[in-house]
Amino acid sequence: MKLPAFDYASPASLEEAVALLASRSGSAKIISGGQSLVPMLAFRLAAPELLVDLKRLQGLNRIVIADDGVRLGAKVRWCEIDRDAMLQGAHPLLVEAVRHVAHYQIRNRGTVGGSLAHADPAAEMPGIAITCEAELTIIGPQGQRVDKASDFFTGSLTTSLASDEILTEIKLPPWPAGRRWAFLEFARRRGDFAMAGVALFYELVDDKIADIHIGAIGVGDRPLRLRAVEAVLNGQTLDDRAIEAAAAAVRESVDPPSDIYAPAEYRRALLATLLARALRQSETGR
Amino acid sequence: MRIANSYIGQPIERTEDLRFLRGRGTYVADINRPRQLTAVILRSSIAHGRLNGIDASRALQLPGVHRILTAKDFDTEIPRIALRLQPLSDLEPFHQPMIADQKVRYVGEPVAVVVAETAAIAEDALDYIAVDIEPLPVFVSREQADAALLFEQHGTNCAITWKALRGDADAAFKMAEYVRRERFKVQRHAAMFMEPRGFVADWDGQKLTVWGAAKTAWYNRRLLAASLRLPIEAVDLVEVDVGGGFGSRGEFYPEDYLIPAAAKVIGRPVKWNEDRREHMIAANHAREVECEVEIAATRHGRVLGLRGQIWSDVGAYVRTNGSVGPRNVAQYMSGPYAIENIELTSSMLLTNKTPTGTYRGPGRFETDFIRERMLDLVAKDLNIDPLELRRRNLVADRQMPYPLASITPYDSSTELDSGDYHAVFDRCLAEFDWKTKEQFSGRLIDGYYHGLAVGSFIEGGAAGPKEQARLVLEPDGTLSVYLGSSSVGQGLETIMAQIAADATEVPYEKIRVLHGSTSHVKEGYGSYHSRATVMGGSAILLAAEKLKQSIKASAAKRLGCAAEEVVLDGEQARGGNRSIAFAELIEVPIEIEAEFFNNKQTWAYGTHAAHVAVDPGTGHVKVLDYMAVEDVGRTINPATLHGQAIGSIVQGLGGAFLEHLVYDENGQLLTGSFADYLLPTASDFPKIRSLTVDLKPCPNNPLGAKGGGEGGIIPIGGIMANAVADALKHLNVQPMELPLSPPRVWALVEAAKAQLAS
Amino acid sequence: MKVEFELNGTRVGADVEARTTLADCIRDQLKQTGTHLACEHGVCGACTVLMNGQAVRSCLILAVQAQGERVVTVEGLSRDESLTPLQAAFRKHHALQCGFCTPGFITTAHALLTEEPEADEERIRDVLSGNLCRCTGYVPIIQAVLEARSAYAHKGNEE
Repeated sequence: MKLPAFDYASPASLEEAVALLASRSGSAKIISGGQSLVPMLAFRLAAPELLVDLKRLQGLNRIVIADDGVRLGAKVRWCEIDRDAMLQGAHPLLVEAVRHVAHYQIRNRGTVGGSLAHADPAAEMPGIAITCEAELTIIGPQGQRVDKASDFFTGSLTTSLASDEILTEIKLPPWPAGRRWAFLEFARRRGDFAMAGVALFYELVDDKIADIHIGAIGVGDRPLRLRAVEAVLNGQTLDDRAIEAAAAAVRESVDPPSDIYAPAEYRRALLATLLARALRQSETGR
Repeated sequence: MRIANSYIGQPIERTEDLRFLRGRGTYVADINRPRQLTAVILRSSIAHGRLNGIDASRALQLPGVHRILTAKDFDTEIPRIALRLQPLSDLEPFHQPMIADQKVRYVGEPVAVVVAETAAIAEDALDYIAVDIEPLPVFVSREQADAALLFEQHGTNCAITWKALRGDADAAFKMAEYVRRERFKVQRHAAMFMEPRGFVADWDGQKLTVWGAAKTAWYNRRLLAASLRLPIEAVDLVEVDVGGGFGSRGEFYPEDYLIPAAAKVIGRPVKWNEDRREHMIAANHAREVECEVEIAATRHGRVLGLRGQIWSDVGAYVRTNGSVGPRNVAQYMSGPYAIENIELTSSMLLTNKTPTGTYRGPGRFETDFIRERMLDLVAKDLNIDPLELRRRNLVADRQMPYPLASITPYDSSTELDSGDYHAVFDRCLAEFDWKTKEQFSGRLIDGYYHGLAVGSFIEGGAAGPKEQARLVLEPDGTLSVYLGSSSVGQGLETIMAQIAADATEVPYEKIRVLHGSTSHVKEGYGSYHSRATVMGGSAILLAAEKLKQSIKASAAKRLGCAAEEVVLDGEQARGGNRSIAFAELIEVPIEIEAEFFNNKQTWAYGTHAAHVAVDPGTGHVKVLDYMAVEDVGRTINPATLHGQAIGSIVQGLGGAFLEHLVYDENGQLLTGSFADYLLPTASDFPKIRSLTVDLKPCPNNPLGAKGGGEGGIIPIGGIMANAVADALKHLNVQPMELPLSPPRVWALVEAAKAQLAS
Repeated sequence: MKVEFELNGTRVGADVEARTTLADCIRDQLKQTGTHLACEHGVCGACTVLMNGQAVRSCLILAVQAQGERVVTVEGLSRDESLTPLQAAFRKHHALQCGFCTPGFITTAHALLTEEPEADEERIRDVLSGNLCRCTGYVPIIQAVLEARSAYAHKGNEE
């Protein structure tokens, strides 16, 4: 499974990187962590003419925690999120979701930006982006633009990124202390892609759920925001009746694919089960 | 024959480890020859079709591509892979040609060999080769009723039907108070050893040397020499370090011919390294079985008979040992239980999929799943405790030797040799602490339903006619042991040195073991069916005895006494009142050969017990505790045997829960990488315990040993399915198929709930 | 393309294609064959090496990406005169059979214990779940790594 031939460039600036991408009219690809791209090359599922390595670009691997939210540079690696002492308190949902990504060796190389740009429907980072209503900063020949996560993921392994654009940063909205949240996924083995997963958070106003956000991974061609389920829960006390109503709403609102791993009805039921368990988990408050 | 036990039975640390731990092993991918080229194989991407032509002209223009060989470059009549085991002429039509010849019959069948400067260039060339295949309808499942014939001449896709017979099944079923019939399925999966296959072949005009041999080098050499029309002496197969085999590596595959043949045609060394994607469609698959079986018993649970039909999906060709699994499913379904009336047919179904062969405990894993599930169903129906039911049916020591079913054609009969099955059964329950754990059966704790199961099994070993050993004692007291047995990672060098040390009384540190290569002994047979310790070890014992006699005779002459008076003591021989050092006595190395011939299989046996917890919401099954007890007659190295047991059990758990080679209706393999074919990892099955005992030695070889190393895997499917049934007994969930993947367990729960509601 | 990096403490150079993986560069050009290839798609861990002290899958890294970095393979974690404490623990617990996956386990375990000498069984299993072994069933590997912890307890950042 030797890789197909390609040219390689390691530009020193973002502008140079963008120009290189533009110069090949769609047959150039970015390589950063390489943990998703290189296997695709090994299977010859992709045959780009040029790989543009972001290795020398500075400033894209910062983790910034500020009043207006949490910013992760596209080159931030999973292991750096693990090691950031402040992030656990600043955005516990992000940290918990990232704990589930892949394996030790992959976590030392794989990047936030790579995962978002690759857009696997079962990946955790895209799920967090959707659930939290993240904003993604993108650089291209026309300059900089910002995409909402809900506009960014357009299909299975597909995003709004043009072939000459580079994702540089993801910004998550500020996370108030004491917020209720949960992240739960079910994978066949530790580190495998999730068969289904759910991320959620909400406020409690007069003991009732308010402004709940629920995201699901592994049950569609992209990470999904379960707004119909949110509507069922908002304004409710979190009790058995509400949880059952939410689980039923989940079953109505997703249409997962059937594949060799699981039939659609399994994924549907699994997501409902995970949501119910996640809601119960969120009750304990962390 | 006296064997001074100072090394046998000791958990001696392995000599192999010293190089493996340092990354200094030499596996075939590490071998390079001067001027070598690299081969990559073009394989059919279509499951069934007529091969009308291959146009490699564009590919040949790529810089670095040297030759692209197709059928016509190898021979006017393409040789075929002959069966090594049970070579019936009936099966000859289904032998695989070394390269696709007129037809392709499975995705992955070799179509051409690209030879280039590097593997990368050769892989690039694949895209430029145009293969003209006229597609034919694809046959991938019994339900399709011969939609397309793989071998038109044969008229059906059933290659052969074996029959296992004992007693009078019809009579037994007629008079039985209880009969139950069920259907079962086991999924296609495979050995999936970690080191992909490979060869380096070098032809110097007169001698062909091939690195990368394993398992059955002598048979392979004969077949290769004949296929290349060379005398046997002109071919040498060299075994280097081997990264696992499990019954699959080392059998003769098309590549075993294609790579050496390419080297001979081109006149330069050729190297081939299989990659994982290729391995998944090229190396033997295994275990795909379905059956319809009935069991007859008295109302007290005494099993009277087994009757039924079994179908094995053997893929597109019958390869060297493709019959073993299908025969074993039928012949060994009774296992360690005294079942006197058996009539089972076992059909081999040819399909447009990768051909199958043996994988650890071939046919036995499948048949034990069937039988142990049946026993628990019987226990439930007759309201008998499942433990008691087994006790009532296990073969007793006084019944040994106990004949099993005979199988026909290519008839073979066998009998259980020795064993106290009841004692080992009870020992397992005690070690597992069944008494305490019993209370968990069917209980819901923290969202998980708990279940228990126990099962017993037999493990056949040491088959195959004979094995050779050659001992060479140097004047400096170093002993070289050359062995026909081959190493696939089981610690052969260490175990054989232990046996040799005790048998020859040469110090362990002065012994080196060389194995598996055809230059080592005249006629070896290799390692398969857990035979190495018994066959190789026994051959060493015989050679050692001859060697000692030879030394004593020489010493007697020099010391002026009778040979019987001579005592060998470390590095000298003593007799009368005098002694002489080996260094003085042995002027030239003493070389002794011996052969051990064995016509009786050995039968190791054991019992396993398991405690699981099932999450009905996800279908996930946690294995909370697994206890295995096996009697192997005589343990040579408890550490390596224990290692084999644990490894074997985890493989079995992979087969029970995770591993599945899935095909679509076009004969395309959908699970073609390690992302889709799920192997157990370190976090999946943490609690595995294993104990080996030397309770009843084997009466049929001088070591008293029984082949062990496959046993751990054999009962796992049945035990896991029974444990899941036990956990979900409130719903009457009855698994009849493997694997017990989460979606399948969930579906069983949902179906059972719907059934109860209606 | 020329690439230069540090391999097992020595500066090395190789002439590679852009598409040559670090694994192939180490094995073929630099002749260190202790690093093994069992899948070439980043799942099995047999190709694990240390890059700047971190365990990485060398089949997923282009050789050119290693420019200027510090790489250590299983050979660099070995001594001629004796086995290291980690290797001795593997041998003692019979944590290897065919040996093919072993270099990947040695490098990964070394990286883990160097960073986390207090790692408990669950953490060890969690980290090693990224390395496949078909022979041992993992039980003895976990025992070996647990035992080896004491040798790392006061070591800090030694390679």
